[in-house]
Amino acid sequence: MTDTLQRPRFSERMLPPDPVRKPRKRGWGAASLVLAITAISVYCLAPFFWMLVSSFRRTSDIFETTILPTTWSIESYRQALDGSSMFGRAMLNSLLVAGTTTVLALVFAIFASYTLARLNFRFKSAVLAIIIATSMFPGISVVVPLLQFFSDIGWINTYQSMIVPNLSFALPLAIWILTTFMRQIPVDLEQAAMIDGCTKWQAFRLVLLPLAAPGVFTTAILTFIQSWNEFIIALSMVNDPAVQTATVAVSKFTGATDFQSPYGVQMAAGVLVTIPLIIVVLLFQRRIVEGLTAGGTK
Amino acid sequence: MMTTTQIERQTTARRPQTVKVGDGRMAALLLSPTFLVLALVVAYPLLSAFRQSLYRSQSGLDDDGFVVTGDVFVGLGNYVNIFTGTEAGRFYNALWNTTFFTFTTVGLEVIIGVAFAVAMNRAFRGRALLRASILIPWAIPTAVSGLLWRWIFQADGVVNSITGVEVLWTAEGFAAQAAVIVAEVWKTAPFIGLLVLAGMQIIPGEIYEAAKLDGANAWRQFIGITLPLVRPALLVAVLFRMLDALRMFDLPFVLIGPRKSSVETLSILAWDESNQLNYGTASAFSIILLIYVAVIAYAFIKILGADIVEAKARRATPKKKATR
Repeated sequence: MTDTLQRPRFSERMLPPDPVRKPRKRGWGAASLVLAITAISVYCLAPFFWMLVSSFRRTSDIFETTILPTTWSIESYRQALDGSSMFGRAMLNSLLVAGTTTVLALVFAIFASYTLARLNFRFKSAVLAIIIATSMFPGISVVVPLLQFFSDIGWINTYQSMIVPNLSFALPLAIWILTTFMRQIPVDLEQAAMIDGCTKWQAFRLVLLPLAAPGVFTTAILTFIQSWNEFIIALSMVNDPAVQTATVAVSKFTGATDFQSPYGVQMAAGVLVTIPLIIVVLLFQRRIVEGLTAGGTK
Repeated sequence: MMTTTQIERQTTARRPQTVKVGDGRMAALLLSPTFLVLALVVAYPLLSAFRQSLYRSQSGLDDDGFVVTGDVFVGLGNYVNIFTGTEAGRFYNALWNTTFFTFTTVGLEVIIGVAFAVAMNRAFRGRALLRASILIPWAIPTAVSGLLWRWIFQADGVVNSITGVEVLWTAEGFAAQAAVIVAEVWKTAPFIGLLVLAGMQIIPGEIYEAAKLDGANAWRQFIGITLPLVRPALLVAVLFRMLDALRMFDLPFVLIGPRKSSVETLSILAWDESNQLNYGTASAFSIILLIYVAVIAYAFIKILGADIVEAKARRATPKKKATR
């Protein structure tokens, strides 16, 4: 199979280059391509770059519009992480909420996707349709009743009041991606293991799960990013600064002192919230794209 | 021959049945955690929201002068009030804003996203850079991107100083709407580009070769080949983006702020009502939004893509072949 794939490429390379037309056309096309690539990168990166640059300016020259700060300073970061703002705490809260959501969503989703990819039962397509349909509900529709429900059972200002609703946003995506991944793994391998005396559980644990590991990992990344970015639930369920997540903390940032414009601090806080995600994106970009295009959802 | 087919038929007839019974129980067991969560955080709240929307919380004096507190059943009163009451203007405004934002942003995102995908599909050298830079707007939390764009659109911010105009982007009016649209499109157009690119990469090169031989220029190839073949992937992307845009909350909330009529969406309106403890009205708003989202999704699937879910499945299979 690899042979048939490689052969045409090889023979293509052996062909003499197209004499007249190609170089000129390629030169013009290449130039416009470089232009397009540059334009896209600038479009995507310029706003983030501006946030980064602004966060390194001194508070006194925050309104400068030079490409790079005239005087580099970490003043804004020091203020953002100052104990009084509890922003560092909010970052830890985000980590806790997003981390727990991811782990729980993965466990639930692995079971559910195995069921949807491997077992035969009635209403299978209906079950998948219902799970996917739940991802279409506007978050606000569940916020109001959940707010009352959580007040009744004393969950306001707790981590679980954010984790449980986050799960319901994360599960449809996770189940859809994992089901797609598991369906692509040939069932023969598990059947072979079962003929060799494995139980269904062993075949799942020793054969399918290791093979699905890349898919599980991709799902974990996407779920984590999704719950790290969650806003409306965290905003509504929590008003105690000690429990609130980083996205909410950032939106409420007024700086250490009231009389100065807190933009530098806000930008620094924004960079701090985004940096973990940027690192994840740069490390695992290929997997993320794979997961996004397999899932098709958010 | 007869006997073997009979035996086969018997076994095939029997086996699925036995498998089905065992699998059904197993399936129910394995799916139960998921459905427990979804029942607790989606189904119950939705039913509860619907019930709540039929009540109005009151504390005041009734006709006989007694103090009345607690919820009073008002039937469809909250809905009637929303559509025809004194605050109806605010609702229609929010409904219009939601619709306006959804169609403008998704429209712009599709144009920019498809253009991105075309460029990326041809690029070979800068691909890694492109992929990384395209994922960054997608990865930035919406709340942070609201903050970031508020800074950029600040009265003495970089947009005004580059363009040399004096516009109060983050105050009210059309400028504020434009700011929200720009920020939203920036964040989500690359995502559409990514999905469309995935659709483009499974189009076999021979089709383009054949079109070239027939004398089709680049534009004709794009209209005649790329767009129709990318349509399923694009439709899925557009549907999900629309559903997402209809519940837009974080971005206008952080970028402009709550209670600003020019950017108030239905989600923000419902949130604001519940913040003022008008749970009945807030629930009614969220039920209306839910119905609106469902109607748009249904209409979209009916008119444009009869089988979105099948399109997804179809998309998954050729991709598998391509990677092999």
